[in-house]
Amino acid sequence: MTAPRTGRAGRAAQYAALLCYLVFLAFPFVWLVSIAFKPAAELGSLHPTWIPEDPTLANFRQAFDEQPLLRAAGNSLLAAASAALVAVVVATPMAYVMARRRSALTTAATGWVIVSQAFPFVLVIIPLFLVLKNLHLINTLAGLVAVYVTWSLPFALWMLVGYVRAVPRELEEAAAVDGAGRVRVLVSVTAPLLAPGLVATGLFAFITAWNEFFFALVLLKTAEKQTLPVVLTHFLGAEGAADLGPLAAAAFLATLPSLLVFAVIQKRITGGMLAGAVKN
Amino acid sequence: MRRRLLTAAAAALALLLSGCGGDGEPDDGTIRLRFQSLAWQKESVDANKELVAEWNAAHPGVQVEYVQGSWDSVHDQLLTSFEGGEAPDIIHDASDDLADFAYGGYLADLTGLLPARLRADIPEQSWRTTAFGDGVYGVPFLQEPRVLIANRKILDASGVRIPTAERPWSWPEFRRVARQVTEHMDGSGHAVAWPLKEPVSATLNLGLSAGGRLFHRADDGKVTIRSTGGDGVVPETVRGQVDDGSASRSTLGMGGSDTLPGLFGGKYAMVPLGFSYRQQIVQQAPEGFEWTVLPAPAGSEGPVQGVSPQTLSIAEDSRHKREAARFIDFMLQPENMVRLALGDWMLPTGTEALRDPALHTPEAGWATGAALARELRPAPAQSVRGYPEWKDKVATPAYQEYYSGAIGRAELEKRLVEDGNRVLARYQR
Repeated sequence: MTAPRTGRAGRAAQYAALLCYLVFLAFPFVWLVSIAFKPAAELGSLHPTWIPEDPTLANFRQAFDEQPLLRAAGNSLLAAASAALVAVVVATPMAYVMARRRSALTTAATGWVIVSQAFPFVLVIIPLFLVLKNLHLINTLAGLVAVYVTWSLPFALWMLVGYVRAVPRELEEAAAVDGAGRVRVLVSVTAPLLAPGLVATGLFAFITAWNEFFFALVLLKTAEKQTLPVVLTHFLGAEGAADLGPLAAAAFLATLPSLLVFAVIQKRITGGMLAGAVKN
Repeated sequence: MRRRLLTAAAAALALLLSGCGGDGEPDDGTIRLRFQSLAWQKESVDANKELVAEWNAAHPGVQVEYVQGSWDSVHDQLLTSFEGGEAPDIIHDASDDLADFAYGGYLADLTGLLPARLRADIPEQSWRTTAFGDGVYGVPFLQEPRVLIANRKILDASGVRIPTAERPWSWPEFRRVARQVTEHMDGSGHAVAWPLKEPVSATLNLGLSAGGRLFHRADDGKVTIRSTGGDGVVPETVRGQVDDGSASRSTLGMGGSDTLPGLFGGKYAMVPLGFSYRQQIVQQAPEGFEWTVLPAPAGSEGPVQGVSPQTLSIAEDSRHKREAARFIDFMLQPENMVRLALGDWMLPTGTEALRDPALHTPEAGWATGAALARELRPAPAQSVRGYPEWKDKVATPAYQEYYSGAIGRAELEKRLVEDGNRVLARYQR
């Protein structure tokens, strides 16, 4: 049986649709970059241009002069990387059990995971604040990491369960037949196959924590501890007033780490996901 | 082996957590206060930090830590801090955000804490914006009237009378002028751009000039919403201007900053904006752009309008309320109030500060704003519990639909009054 051939017109339509989608996705970022390099006078132009007519780094200088962006980025990086690491370490064994052992308990746990995603931030923030206060974790990045791990764990777990289920059980059984113990099976057989899933899950937890604003705003009190999303709001005034140029410059810088992390590991995700998918 | 691994992992985690830990408060007898400021423009942040540094230098026994807050989500952030017993000692906010905190017992009553000088320096109508029940829960210190920022060349060329703070346009005159200016612009734009993304406070505050109140408090203290003729003047003016083309329909959904390119480009002759927007105009206006600050139109009550001043409050949980009040008194000494006002491009509430010559220069419209200061009144519904919910769930969508032409005046009033009273009733049981 052969797959139906797509006509030239159909393929052109597909590429056009893809192009439209890419433009749609890229528009906010490209516009952000454009604003970041525009002088104040061009920001107020009635006929804005994509490419700044008189590009300047003044917005970047002003942003760095007015706010401790590097320190905030360091805090964000520490919090997001720690949250991603801990989330993956905690979620992996749980996901393995949920994927491999079918019981009433794992079914209930799965249900709880889904339900826990439905709680809005404002519902949990006050109890969470009180818990962290009793643990002396208010105004600490450790407290923030604990919150981020708790918040991203259900979805991380959900993702990893899917990845574990995609690893054929027969491979583990074959290794066991060859004499490998349970730990050896997990380390030598399952873990390598699970690697792309671990990376994807870690990336999800990292980006979630990197972008998070409200918990960081509430939990971190001193300037030395504040993360990048919180510092970015210092360019905003009441009733939507904004220092647009420096805000765009700082926001552009804030998007770079996520993009870099994704660019570095995206090959590993896609390559790993497809490895062994077809029999040669 | 496995146990050793687990122990090592736990130790590493503990190290990580302790490394990220917070600072303990030294016990050296020094009183330490935290002051959360919402200043955001550089000049304003600098002024606040300088004043804190001056206080700290002069008061070694009472040290104040400057904490940078954010207007974004400030209500939720403060509420969480209050509930968790971790609120800053001195709190910067806007007066229309204080009612729930005051009635909730989170803010200290400042009645016996503030010096007579400060009480006397700030006019009674400003104090009314922070008085809830029998107490006063914030010191109003900065405020801004809504003004018309205008393209001077277009207005001059159209030949209309230029209003002054002493002789502003009336609302009917404003409509006539807008039509005349639009005709003069000959299809190249509109006389007015109303940025009404958040239409409620603009409508209610300007409506005071025409006698609009909407919220009526009975002798028993209960508030009901009732629409009178005065409440319709501003909505009808805006709707009428949009319908006859003298106001732009497309700006109705915009924020103030979004309309500035059109003002600079000559697409609009006038934009009603808060007084502090002048800073953005100074920063962004193209070279040669001639602009002026005009008073908002006046109604049967004169040029009065409502405002929600910025405030300084003290947390009820603060262990050092008297020291916090002394710090507020220092921050709001007349010369310091002027520094804060200039940094924020706003007007001080203090009568002595308001006399400062720096606030009466014609440059950047300061003199016009200062002349309007005596006409500022508490925003309607300032102290009404349930107002935020009414605003978000009832009034904002209703005004937006009315201004865009989707509903008529009768439907607007029905929603504001009937739906609104149902909301307020829940808060006044």
